[in-house]
Amino acid sequence: MKSKGARSFYLIPYYIWIALFVIAPIALVVYYSFFDLQGNLTLENYQNFFSSVYLRLTLSSFWYAFLVTFFSILIAYPTAYWLTKTKHKQLWLLLIIIPSWINLLLKTYAFIGIFGLYGPANKFLAAIGIGEQQILFTDFSFIFVSVYIFIPFMILPIFNSLDKLNPALMDASRDLGASSWMTFRKVIFPLTINGVKSGVQAVFIPALSLFVITRLIAGNKVITLGTAIEQQFLVTQNWGMGSTIAVFLILFMIIIMMLTGQREKGGSANGKTK
Amino acid sequence: MKSIIQATVAILVASALLLYGVSVLEKSSATTGGGSITVYNWGEYIDPELVQQFEDETNINVVYETFDSNEAMMTKIEQGGTSYDVAMPSEYAIEKMKENDLLIPIDHEKIPNLKNIDPYFLDLPFDPGNEYSIPYFWGTVGIAYNPTLLEGQTFESWDDLWDPTLKQEVILVDSAREVIGMGLNSLGYSLNSTDVSELREATDKLKTLGPNTKAIIGDEIVEMMRREEAAVALTWSGQAADMMWINENIDYSVPEEGSNLWFDNMVIPKTSSNVEGAHAFINFMLGAETAAQNADYVGYSTPNQAAIEIMDPEVTGDERFYPPEELREHLEVYENLGLEMLGIYNELFLEFKMDMEN
Repeated sequence: MKSKGARSFYLIPYYIWIALFVIAPIALVVYYSFFDLQGNLTLENYQNFFSSVYLRLTLSSFWYAFLVTFFSILIAYPTAYWLTKTKHKQLWLLLIIIPSWINLLLKTYAFIGIFGLYGPANKFLAAIGIGEQQILFTDFSFIFVSVYIFIPFMILPIFNSLDKLNPALMDASRDLGASSWMTFRKVIFPLTINGVKSGVQAVFIPALSLFVITRLIAGNKVITLGTAIEQQFLVTQNWGMGSTIAVFLILFMIIIMMLTGQREKGGSANGKTK
Repeated sequence: MKSIIQATVAILVASALLLYGVSVLEKSSATTGGGSITVYNWGEYIDPELVQQFEDETNINVVYETFDSNEAMMTKIEQGGTSYDVAMPSEYAIEKMKENDLLIPIDHEKIPNLKNIDPYFLDLPFDPGNEYSIPYFWGTVGIAYNPTLLEGQTFESWDDLWDPTLKQEVILVDSAREVIGMGLNSLGYSLNSTDVSELREATDKLKTLGPNTKAIIGDEIVEMMRREEAAVALTWSGQAADMMWINENIDYSVPEEGSNLWFDNMVIPKTSSNVEGAHAFINFMLGAETAAQNADYVGYSTPNQAAIEIMDPEVTGDERFYPPEELREHLEVYENLGLEMLGIYNELFLEFKMDMEN
């Protein structure tokens, strides 16, 4: 009885934290979304969201977030697999994690120089005979920089699930006559799908609302829901509309969390057997 | 359990030490006597040496903060929190701040240097009698371009931006009123238009600028033009002056269909906790020599007649930056269109960004 009381006592800071920094802000966002510029209670903002501009903005945000996530997986999975096979795992892992400690803005600014007309990327292209290209302010540069920024968050969960995989399962698969591709498709990938799902959550959701990279690297030719929210709060001072877009962003996040959520029941099949 | 308590104590002790360190540092930097004022200004918009000089002369400590749009500045002042003593909004923002009762009237007796200001810049419609605001800088919106990267194109008309030879060469400033305003001007409409069909027409025309548009960015424009990453930019006259300071190839022109004439003025927001100090700062900035030094540093056009007289005539005689009065007649000052209209401008701007033709 006493230990139970003590436990709920220690949970108080946690509850306070959740109430102040999770529930209160979301409640405020939802609350503001029902007011128009004059402070009248209205559903106009929601109606406005379904007008063509914001709906198409949502679609384009999803499309770019999808591309960023797709290329992240494409690069992260083989990297993570290779990492589990190297000798100095922790060192390599550290090298991948360190860049994620550097401020996003600094990394983004660095790419303005690298991708510039007179930057190293173009010098290289000229040297190998392709010639100078406009790299900055294109879809390519946007996807490239976003993937670069997000990739540690994709590699880590995949690495963790690959690392936990019991090697005996792969040996068994091979002993039973499966090719390497079949082993990957039927054994390794299904057992690490949860790592991929966590990676997707960590990449797709923030990619929906990027706005610094869209301005600096894509020159605002790619715009996301984040751009629209920033503009509504800072420029137009229409907090109601900004909140409404944020409400939809939160809804999308919840949906994605549910789609990629891990079912605990299947968790035991995750190769954790020791 | 024990280790948690130990860790907690260690963190608390470390935080207390850091807090003490910060307060010691702040005390040593604050000059005694005159108190302090907080100045809220655009980035790169004052000569830092002058701030130092003001501190030395008056013993008033200056805390300096910057903003990058009138709207962001107003939002922060409206929210309170920081006690800003002097701010530098543009004319339409001043109108709005007056409406929202965010300004303290300025006591002209405490600003003797007001006599230095060219009367043309006083008593303007956005603030009759300069009750709330004192001119700081003024300028235009136009096209900065680098002839060495071009094939002889010039920019007497906004339509020159649509020239098919300028593929991927034009940078636009990331600001709804400037870009939509340019679209309106190019069609011969007023840049203060509130006629939705005119705005729609301007937006549709802007979308066809897509193939020439390289990017829509903020202060990075200056760096892009300096490094010759782009040949043409829609920008403010002062940003153009900044570019020309480093890259002498760059030129600036204000198309003849008309453009925006703007004024940035010094105001004392309601949040001020040192109104005396704020007046002293404004008066200091209006001094002939300080204003001249500031104009040299910032590169925008000064409304200070006394300063112009002691500045390099080559600078003040440059009609691109100091257009004579008859040329100014083509230019329009932004009116405060109200939040509703501002929302429409921004939504159209968003639509333009999304639907640019490739």
